[in-house]
Amino acid sequence: MTDAADLRLKKRHAAETRFRMYGRVAIIVALSFLVLLLGRIGMQGYSTFTTNTVSLPVYLDPSRIDRADLEGSNYDYVVALSLLKRMGETEDEFGTASADAMNLVSRDLGFQILDRIKADPTLIGKTITVTGPVKADADLYYKGELKRSTDQADRKLNDRQLAWLDRLKKSGAVTSGFNVGFFTHADSTEPEQAGILGAIIGSAMMLLVTALIAVPMGVLAAVWLEEFAPKNRWTDVIEVNINNLAAVPSIVYGLLGLAVFINWFGAPRGAPITGGMVLALMALPTVIIATRSALKAVPPSIREAALGVGASRTQTVFHHVLPQAMPGVMTGTILSLAHALGETAPLLMIGMIAFNPGLPEGFTSSASVLPVQVFIWENASERAFHERTAAAIIVLLVFMIAMNAAAVILRRRFERRW
Amino acid sequence: MTILIALALLAAFSVSVYMLGRRRAVVLAEGRSASLHSLPGYHGTWVALWAGVPAALIVILFAVFGARLEDAALRAQVPAAVAQLSAERQEVFWSDASSVARGQTPSEISYQGAIGEALAAKAAEARRLSAIGLVSVLALSGVLALCGVLLTYPRLSKDFRARNRVEGWTGILLIACSTLAVLTTVGILGSLIWESLRFFQSVSPADFLFGTSWDPQIAMRSDQVAAKGAFGAVPLFVGTFLIMLIAMTVAAPVGLFSAIYLSEYAGPATRATIKPLLEILAGVPTVVYGFFAALTVGPSFRAFFNWIGAMLVEGPMDPLGQYLMTVQNQMALTAGVVMGIMLIPFVSSLSDDIINAVPQTLRDGSYAMGATKSETVKRVILPAALPGVAGALMLAISRAIGETMIVTMAAGLQAKLTANPLDTVTTVTVQIVTLLTGDQEFDSPKTLAAFGLGLTLFTVTLALNIVALGLVRKYREHYD
Repeated sequence: MTDAADLRLKKRHAAETRFRMYGRVAIIVALSFLVLLLGRIGMQGYSTFTTNTVSLPVYLDPSRIDRADLEGSNYDYVVALSLLKRMGETEDEFGTASADAMNLVSRDLGFQILDRIKADPTLIGKTITVTGPVKADADLYYKGELKRSTDQADRKLNDRQLAWLDRLKKSGAVTSGFNVGFFTHADSTEPEQAGILGAIIGSAMMLLVTALIAVPMGVLAAVWLEEFAPKNRWTDVIEVNINNLAAVPSIVYGLLGLAVFINWFGAPRGAPITGGMVLALMALPTVIIATRSALKAVPPSIREAALGVGASRTQTVFHHVLPQAMPGVMTGTILSLAHALGETAPLLMIGMIAFNPGLPEGFTSSASVLPVQVFIWENASERAFHERTAAAIIVLLVFMIAMNAAAVILRRRFERRW
Repeated sequence: MTILIALALLAAFSVSVYMLGRRRAVVLAEGRSASLHSLPGYHGTWVALWAGVPAALIVILFAVFGARLEDAALRAQVPAAVAQLSAERQEVFWSDASSVARGQTPSEISYQGAIGEALAAKAAEARRLSAIGLVSVLALSGVLALCGVLLTYPRLSKDFRARNRVEGWTGILLIACSTLAVLTTVGILGSLIWESLRFFQSVSPADFLFGTSWDPQIAMRSDQVAAKGAFGAVPLFVGTFLIMLIAMTVAAPVGLFSAIYLSEYAGPATRATIKPLLEILAGVPTVVYGFFAALTVGPSFRAFFNWIGAMLVEGPMDPLGQYLMTVQNQMALTAGVVMGIMLIPFVSSLSDDIINAVPQTLRDGSYAMGATKSETVKRVILPAALPGVAGALMLAISRAIGETMIVTMAAGLQAKLTANPLDTVTTVTVQIVTLLTGDQEFDSPKTLAAFGLGLTLFTVTLALNIVALGLVRKYREHYD
């Protein structure tokens, strides 16, 4: 071999190694993005799953509670006074001490007292123990996110409040535990009381509507296109049309929902039924495409055998072909529903962005759904909401991963190779 | 509520009719089921379908359109006192009349004198109309259901081809479901074009498509003093294009190279682990990417550029340093990069399929000539797969243009005509969201502008999709 050829070969091998490295780098880049994304959200969100609750004996001072107007009394103030007493402090003439104390415990405690007094007015004048979350800022302090080393002017809690919090923790009045409230409350303006139950229920209701519309319609449409439709210009148009619909930006479906469902048919704004219908239209093409490929995979021998023993075409399809294709249909359907679960943009168009402090009342009343809740909380300015956003994302991802895993298991378990 | 009860009654009626028809067929068979043309169940189903479906359709149509009909009937006669009011006040009067009729709380406007009487009269009329409508529709559906049974039941006989009839119904159902997909397209096109036409009545299409100033602030009430609002969409198109370009700069090389590595270099084990991991990246909802962009990528980019700026300040590059110090969280680069990350699995899985479709014989031929793997990929596989890869990239571009949440959360709202990736820009989709979220009246050019933007977006993505899908399909057929 000549030197020139040797040199050329070396160069070619170097190029080969370089090219292979580009591929490796690309994969590593993609996977590190995945790790970064999930890791960052996990880091931001996991602290929400624990919370600090305070348990306080509160003296229901008869002079501060108006028996004639229970709703009108300031129970937060009553709680604050009890907290001050426990700290051995007294109210100053400007009320700053009680204001500081009020900023440490959630207003939920005041509402609890109101509920209990309403149920049993004889409690006034006695001391009762109420338990509830601490305010979001105090929670951040306990979790180490709000640091004492920051200059007092730059943090939301002053030195005196931090000292109180330390003492409360030491005395055992504040305990840390699993954040049950996050899973049992609906949205709230106070971060420490905001939960995702309302959004979870809303998402479930909406997904139910989507599934009830998109699955039967999509499957039946696919059956017609694949098994019955004649091959002519019309069916070609429908076919191209379905493939293109699958690639239409989701926000366009939102515009459709707004113009047709809401303005035309008068569907309720921001309700699960409207959102479900919009998402059903969006999921329909993917369900059709998945069902068609599942039907295509069923070998013609099945059809011929059924027709051979005298079944009609309809019977062949519904008694033999479709059942054989069912695992594939289910897999495709679950995947497209999982996609619908994470969809946000079209729901903003149909007014699902409203603040819903209660659980959804029904299919036709306003509700929130998980991805929109994420969007709403992300826009909130308080830091505590950002943590909750990440936690809500974790819950959303868990649901989506569960659905995807179900699809994979279905495929593994029932898929038949012909 | 009444509607639901009526539908439930109809369902129960159909079930009992089914039993009736089935039993009739069994009786007709006289114990020899082979003497029937169709199985007894088909006889029952056929009768039940005629009993239930037309009646149910009437009830459902009434539920959807009934309120509009009643409203139209109510407004047919305008009381003299109402006719004097302004158009908006008349609207309020009519909605108050129906609210009063339904026992809901009307608006806070107090009606006195002749108008008050008119309101009471119209409320009574509305109540009467809705009662008449409901009763007549229920009666009609009852008659239809009975007629269905009475006309079909006597026709059952041994030779009656009930199965073929039922299969006819099934066929109609299947075709109806397939047309829904077409109706969706018609609905999208119809609503976008209709609302856009209304928009273009107040803003000329040329101003919209070629105007360079976007400022959709418009007076909400007629007595408000405000700028007329500018609807030149070029800054939005430029912003969308800029972000798409950044996204494709990230997604195209990373996605393509991972696809090449996965299909040509990786062993089956590596493939089996990496592909599902990339699919996770594809399954993450876009709102999550938006959150990531807004709270992680944006601030880090800002810190990074501010840091570079701080180093350049007071040096030879002082103006650039000064500029970099002012970079904000919301910039085209943040949205573009995160959108690129979102598109990586999309590009890679599509390209992977396409590269795999290149026949093995081409590879074998190339190897036999002594080419290395990378030479085979570069000189044989990629040229062969080029149309398909181009199609995949076009589909990715169409996704990037239509993507909403990432840009809404990370790109910004200011419509600037700039090509600077560090500047905040806005896109078509962001503006659609901003124009339509929040409570505003639906007739103002401001809200209608969203439909103009939507129509543009739909047209562009549709063109891209048609070309791209055509390319991919032709390419597949080429090697099949």
